[in-house]
Amino acid sequence: MALSAALALSAAACGGDDEGSGGDDGVVIGFMGDLTGENSGIVIPPKQGAQMAIDEYNATNPKTKITLKTYDSQGRGEQAVPLAKSAITKDKIVGLIGPAFSGESQQVAPVLEEGKIPSISPSATNTALGKNGWKYWHRIVGNDEIQGGGVGEFITRALKAKKVFVIHDNSEYGKPLGEKVEATAKTGGATTQVDAINPEGSDFAATVNKVKSFAPDAIFYGGYYAEGGKLLKQLREGGVKARFLSGDGSLDKGLAAGAGVENAKDSVIACPCLIDPQGTASPASKKFSEAYKAKFNADTAIYSAEGYDAATAFIEAIKAGNTTPEDINSFLSKVDVAGVSKQVKFLPTGEPAAADVYVYKVEGETLPLIGKASEATV
Amino acid sequence: MFGNFIDQFWPSTIDGLSLGAIYALVALGYTMVYGVLRLINFAHSEIFMIGTFAALATLNAIGLSAPVGGLALIGLVLMLAVVAGLVSGASAVALEFVAYRPLRRRGASRLAALISAIGASLFLQQLFARVLIPWWFDLPKEKGALPIPKHFTETVDLLSIGDFIIRNDKLFVILGAIVMMIALDQFVNRTQLGRGIRATAQDPETAVLMGVNIDRVVSATFMIGGVMAGVAAALYLMRFGETNYFVGFLLGIKAFTAAVLGGIGNLRGALVGGLTLGLIEMYGSVIFGSAWQDVVAFSVLVLVLMFRPTGILGESLQQARA
Repeated sequence: MALSAALALSAAACGGDDEGSGGDDGVVIGFMGDLTGENSGIVIPPKQGAQMAIDEYNATNPKTKITLKTYDSQGRGEQAVPLAKSAITKDKIVGLIGPAFSGESQQVAPVLEEGKIPSISPSATNTALGKNGWKYWHRIVGNDEIQGGGVGEFITRALKAKKVFVIHDNSEYGKPLGEKVEATAKTGGATTQVDAINPEGSDFAATVNKVKSFAPDAIFYGGYYAEGGKLLKQLREGGVKARFLSGDGSLDKGLAAGAGVENAKDSVIACPCLIDPQGTASPASKKFSEAYKAKFNADTAIYSAEGYDAATAFIEAIKAGNTTPEDINSFLSKVDVAGVSKQVKFLPTGEPAAADVYVYKVEGETLPLIGKASEATV
Repeated sequence: MFGNFIDQFWPSTIDGLSLGAIYALVALGYTMVYGVLRLINFAHSEIFMIGTFAALATLNAIGLSAPVGGLALIGLVLMLAVVAGLVSGASAVALEFVAYRPLRRRGASRLAALISAIGASLFLQQLFARVLIPWWFDLPKEKGALPIPKHFTETVDLLSIGDFIIRNDKLFVILGAIVMMIALDQFVNRTQLGRGIRATAQDPETAVLMGVNIDRVVSATFMIGGVMAGVAAALYLMRFGETNYFVGFLLGIKAFTAAVLGGIGNLRGALVGGLTLGLIEMYGSVIFGSAWQDVVAFSVLVLVLMFRPTGILGESLQQARA
């Protein structure tokens, strides 16, 4: 118990926000994810997005105020489960934003299911999560299958690639994503070849040789940016000039840092998330980005809009007078409001009704949005 | 499957040799320490890691404005190798002083030293991950690529006959490893200190009676292993242009495998084992897919050890001749 409180405190301190103790007339919503660990870079933005939505709501002086309480799971299921239990029994949360990652979601969701606590993850994209028949679980981001389909279609439609080489890191995330891209590209009329790398290794020469001998028009990598950058660097040094694409695991400036800016130039990264400081996609995201920048002195980053939208769904429920977890959950099944990243609306499975895939282009160390994968051209 | 193998035979061979050369240099550290102390120095992979950071610091200090090739690259790599070699060598000696010597003095069992080695390995990794890297690069502790100078190696194809293309950086790695290997072989076999090392490997008690200063020999052994790892680190940085605190982990396991494959305790075995392992990995991944690279490599290790339990060359340091 002391541990969770301390972690929540330190996380709050680093976000620089003030959290009240939740008065008698207020409710507590949790946020769970890796807030201080290795991958906190992709969890702090949605936490800040959620914080912003709740602060905005509280500023309107509503009847029921909301307190956001953070739970630092470090992205680990074994830490997330006890945290979730104490969140339910001790802190009496009425809803949980998170857990941020798919692995911990898989372990935490049954606990929430048993405690009848609704959850909305801003960032867990594993496809299988939506197939468990959970009644209290939701997510506000498109799953990996949707992402893979979107990229595969983009490769054959917008890039007109005839030969596609898919590389993945054999992980639970990278492998199905890569395979879905391959299958979609094949359906789109491309010939494909697949190879897997060992993400722990540093020499990808065998893969580079295979790519060279296949001479593809486009290369898709399913995996995370750290290895993606190394792989891309070695591909370019080996003389491979084909366009490089990857998924949300590589949507980070670390890709260009690892590969070298020249090597990463013009690579296309897909994500079911919307990061749009320029407001290319909608005026709403421009407005959101400006407010976010003013509040946190940082540009919107990965999943910050989704964190905001997840909080919005809970806020709508509470606005409508629902203050028990059970009522909130039944409200979530019919919520239908405009969010920043998409229309906030859930299918009966807990998946988001609207699930667009967006594509981003690597320019220097920035990743400007090109548009929806189904419409964009490069 | 085998069509690919024929297509990609030459590129795989070159890549396998250049990867294997780095394995071989790191394997030397394992093999020498094992030969002398019968200890597997698990912290050796971190000595390699320290070398890559020493080379990186040198590179940052020089601050290249354009990639270098040809003779300038040779000069640069030589310089990096000297710095990384010295730093790694000194670290290895310091490691021995802190982690092994006190145990050896008190006559602790070899298992105690083994645990100490694992502890030292974890300590060094975390020291870099949590303290030195964030301080040095002003980064949060994240997994990912560290900023490496943009301009470093200009890769040039030196020779290209059809598929048979030799790129300058890959050739440097192979040649570098072979030169270091010959130098070490001569050192161990021709110098007085080398004789001391062989004597200690053969029979420590008799060596002491014959006037060999065993502490000096052990320090020298760690020093040499460290220098070799430092040179490997410089070559690694040139070849892959990246490093991080966990860079030594998998490479260390592979190098240790190479040492066992060639015959642990045997200097030439380290070279043979390293190059063999590099080639097996590349050929294996062409034939079965890159995901099988490690499976193939370790399967071959098992097979070799079944039929030749002492490794390919099978001799130990004590019996190494001329």
